[in-house]
Amino acid sequence: MPEVRTPILELQGITKSFGGVEALRGVDFALFPGEIHGLVGENGAGKSTLMKIIAGVHTEFSGRFLIDGTEAHFRSARDAHTAGIAMVHQELSVAPDLTVAENVFLGNQPTNALGLVQWRRMAREAGEQLSRFGIDVDPMSRLGDLPIGLQQLIEIARVLFSGARIVILDEPTSALSPPEVERLFGTLRRLREEGTAIVFISHFIEDILRVSDTVTVFRNGRKVAETASAATSKGALIEAMIGRGGEALEHSYSDDLMLPQPADGSVVLKVDQLSLARSLKDVSFEARAGEVLGIYGFMGCGQQELSRILFGKLKPDSGTLAVEGKPKTFASTAAARRAGVALVPESRRAMLFHQEPVYKNISISILDRISSLLLKPAQERDIAKRQVEQLQIRPPVVGLDLGMLSGGNQQKVALAKWLTYPPKLLVLCEPTRGMDVGAKNDVINIIRDLRAKGLAIIVLSTEPETVLSLADRILVLKRGAVVREFKNEPVSKDRLLEAA
Amino acid sequence: MASSETASAAGSRARGLAPFLRSQMRNIAPFLTLIFLSGFFALASPSFATLDNLGNILTQVSVTGVIAVGLTFVILCAEIDLSIASIANVTGIAVAYFTLQESYVNIPNIPLPGAAAILLAILLCAALGLVNALGLTLIGIPSFIMTLAMMQIAAGISAMLVRGQIAYKVPELITTLGSGSIGGIPWIVIVAAIMLLSGHLVLTYTRFGRYVYMVGGNREAAEYAGLNVKLILGAVMVISAVCSGIGGMLGVAHFGSAQQNEFDTYLLDSIAAVVVGGTSLFGGRGGIGNTIVGLFVLGVLNNGLDHVNIDSFLKILIRGLILLAALVINVYAQRLREKAAE
Ligand SMILES: Nc1ncnc2c1ncn2[C@@H]1O[C@H](COP(=O)(O)OP(=O)(O)OP(=O)(O)O)[C@@H](O)[C@H]1O
Ligand SMILES: [Mg+2]
Repeated sequence: MPEVRTPILELQGITKSFGGVEALRGVDFALFPGEIHGLVGENGAGKSTLMKIIAGVHTEFSGRFLIDGTEAHFRSARDAHTAGIAMVHQELSVAPDLTVAENVFLGNQPTNALGLVQWRRMAREAGEQLSRFGIDVDPMSRLGDLPIGLQQLIEIARVLFSGARIVILDEPTSALSPPEVERLFGTLRRLREEGTAIVFISHFIEDILRVSDTVTVFRNGRKVAETASAATSKGALIEAMIGRGGEALEHSYSDDLMLPQPADGSVVLKVDQLSLARSLKDVSFEARAGEVLGIYGFMGCGQQELSRILFGKLKPDSGTLAVEGKPKTFASTAAARRAGVALVPESRRAMLFHQEPVYKNISISILDRISSLLLKPAQERDIAKRQVEQLQIRPPVVGLDLGMLSGGNQQKVALAKWLTYPPKLLVLCEPTRGMDVGAKNDVINIIRDLRAKGLAIIVLSTEPETVLSLADRILVLKRGAVVREFKNEPVSKDRLLEAA
Repeated sequence: MASSETASAAGSRARGLAPFLRSQMRNIAPFLTLIFLSGFFALASPSFATLDNLGNILTQVSVTGVIAVGLTFVILCAEIDLSIASIANVTGIAVAYFTLQESYVNIPNIPLPGAAAILLAILLCAALGLVNALGLTLIGIPSFIMTLAMMQIAAGISAMLVRGQIAYKVPELITTLGSGSIGGIPWIVIVAAIMLLSGHLVLTYTRFGRYVYMVGGNREAAEYAGLNVKLILGAVMVISAVCSGIGGMLGVAHFGSAQQNEFDTYLLDSIAAVVVGGTSLFGGRGGIGNTIVGLFVLGVLNNGLDHVNIDSFLKILIRGLILLAALVINVYAQRLREKAAE
């Protein structure tokens, strides 16, 4: 087996540190043509860092780097690209102001003899590529106007069809709903048949086991295991990841789960006949204190728009909102926050300040509570420290720029900023996206605590697991309309998928 | 200097000197430019490095400094204000318009007591700033376009007020602050220093200052944090107009006359001071500390070129080239920072 083939890529003894912090310590890694290689590990284990080394993003490290058996040294991502390596980064890295077609061809647009871009050809070919991948979208629309999951699909499509020999996917499925994930896996298998080497990072262990041939486990910057996926199990992988038994941590939700009696807390939010262009149709529901309302649906079902309306970022065409019985028309997000509504959107990039330290990210939405005119940095840091501890954000340094945290830890910061002064209504979009199993569990517990404190919580997700692990009552949204409500009855992943 | 960055600097310092220096490029480069230019002119001309000349430089940059305080707020929010010079001009003219002129000045003006004249002039610039603010936030006109229109509007009001004439008198207080001095130090330098210091304190130590940085750093994130982004943007446009107005009144007193097109060079100079100092055109980075360094770079350059023997037409070109270099550094520093954070 692997012994007789030569690896297309081989890394030996890779060590990478950021200043004092060692992100990778002596990692060996080999990748073979026609292989899908899964990578798992806790938040901050070093997965993205290793992939960025391969993709030429990080150029300073120690260790040997071999491509096709010969030593290589990339000086930039462009060098890696030339060597046939393409990567989908964990953080969406599309150009929102360009068209879909331009994004698909980013960097190598078809040009005519004069060097002018052939728009018509580019649009046509982009459309063809995308529809092969099951994406039906106008190639000339502005990418930033599309839902985030679609943007991610387009980025994935660009990388998959770029003709690269080595394709790296860093948590590509985090914004996708099951049908898209299936299509992605289909495409990955086809590419594998053609001899492409694929690295696939995910916190969904089941996905990893299903699609990859080999799995490598990282812990604390070291490679702690590498096995054939057929020879391992979810429990074993989790144990290797966190260094102890992990059976209790991950629930598979394939069996029926009994939803509790509806809560009888006071109605915190009442939504009546909300409609928005083609995104939402007559959506009505209530959220009660001490209850987690789950809203499940596939990508593009209107979840994103709904959450934006609740937080005053979008204005509905018709319909009304009432918070604690008082009708509200939010003129701005500031008005929504004042009324006691908080939102954690699904996009980290949209809600965090990457160039600012962690504590400023955490304190930004409560500054008016702790200071009237002058800032109180010491108090801000104290508050941030408490949240960093509670959510176990790593590294636990509140003065570090947010951009230096791993993806999952950034997600925790996004949640942390609403926890010091809990709102009345907390709207969470994909709250556990990008988190490892342990962190997911922590967040689930925190959300349950908040519920016990009497908050009304709405969790919107395209992952059935997220909704099932948190919600007391579940609405299913389909093409902008509520099509099913699960309450006080058995529910499972399959039942949800069926309803959507 | 730029204490908004000290917190992150403390974080980066632990990670070795090279990344730290790279992330601080924006603050270091303008400082080096300043040292280099000062050294160059000191060697090239014996009359440059004197205490007297330092006083000259300070006086020469004062009006620009006052205007640049407000502009720093605007650029930190990743917006721009092209109406600063026009608003300075119209405010200076307005304060003269409401002051009793000598009989040979042929302007049908409205003489009022000094305090009233100053108050009305301030109200005028604040109102113009408010129009900028409303255009930008409520209607959604990009600041570049909105303030371009305001540049014309303010110039139009100036023209209506003076009708091609020149006014000379401004209220006593303004005359003192603009052209008087105390203990050998020109009042105008003191006012500029106070304005710059206040701007710095507001940006660094107040909640509003933090909001300015956050809105500039990532506007969408600021909105998702529940900040009233429009209010903040509106406020910086008004601050910018009022600073310009104050600069305009002092300038009129300093020059000894109020007339059309008197401040035209101040638009470019103020923008240059802010940007050369290292405040990011993309918003969220920099501050008054940077603006002060930028003011000195500009002041030393303008003043120094007068001390050396160069073709005066070539001077204009040299200024342009140095500006270009600073812009390149500004954009480059942004990239280096992003890379350091990767
Ligand atoms: N630019 C950087 N500067 C400083 N430290 C960094 C930087 N990038 C990553 N790190 C640190 O390196 C470690 C590994 O991060 P990495 O992003 O590789 O984790 P990961 O395994 O991808 O985690 P996740 O599952 O959360 O994405 C973390 O401790 C992180 O804080
Ligand atoms: Mg990662």
